[in-house]
Amino acid sequence: MNTIPMEHGLLLAGILFIIGLVSVLIRRNIIFMLISVEIMLNAAGLAFIVAGARWVQPEGQVMFIFIITMAAAEVSVGLALILQLYHNLKTLDSDAANVMNG
Amino acid sequence: MELTFYLAAAVAIIATILVVTQYNLIHALLYLVVSFMAIAVVFFTLGAPFMAALEIIIYAGAIVVLIIFVIMMLNLTHEDVQHEKEWLKPSVWIGPALLSLILLAELAYIFMASETSAVATQPVEAKAVGMALFGPYVLGVELSGMLLMAGIVGAYHLGRQKKKIVHRFLERTEA
Repeated sequence: MNTIPMEHGLLLAGILFIIGLVSVLIRRNIIFMLISVEIMLNAAGLAFIVAGARWVQPEGQVMFIFIITMAAAEVSVGLALILQLYHNLKTLDSDAANVMNG
Repeated sequence: MELTFYLAAAVAIIATILVVTQYNLIHALLYLVVSFMAIAVVFFTLGAPFMAALEIIIYAGAIVVLIIFVIMMLNLTHEDVQHEKEWLKPSVWIGPALLSLILLAELAYIFMASETSAVATQPVEAKAVGMALFGPYVLGVELSGMLLMAGIVGAYHLGRQKKKIVHRFLERTEA
């Protein structure tokens, strides 16, 4: 039998999202910020899965597939940007890239 | 099933906290793999076995390996770990962490105040997901195909290194 309350699943998604959010706010290393965005996207997908399981509809899993696709595209472009940043500035500090090159 | 769900949820939360508190990038990524696998178990207990497989294949397989390859290209040293230690002082993280905890407490209060409703017993099969994906949501599938194409082209364009050609008399940069 399966008697997990929906609130507990949503609460798990909320906790994971908050951990990722705090990590984006406090980190200066740009790769750690990208990882934290992945954690937050995953937590959002978990909320969709929980809602889809609550009403036994496939729409939650469809949304999770779209989220996972977007995360893959985002991480590839983000890593290319990180490579360019490291190539130009020789550091992963996101504060080093906050002035324009004018 | 309930015990599996709560154990996997605890593992996911602990592993994610360890991800964001590590100084070494590779250690953080290994904990991230553990976190994704725990979330895959959560998906399985919630009746989404196909999504559990996708979570492990795409997140723990493809995305984490991509990040590891980029870290290997960057040639990081012990000095970077030291920098990370200096950047992550308590005076830096205590403010955002407290404010976010207040938001989380509010969210938990709202969830607990509403009436409780258990998730359904029967799982949603992969067949139903496929029928929905290629039935009413086929436009979304085509749009995500375009998004992936744009991602590939963008990653290639941004990741290309400009080659610098130095000549004895004239110096110019060439794409």
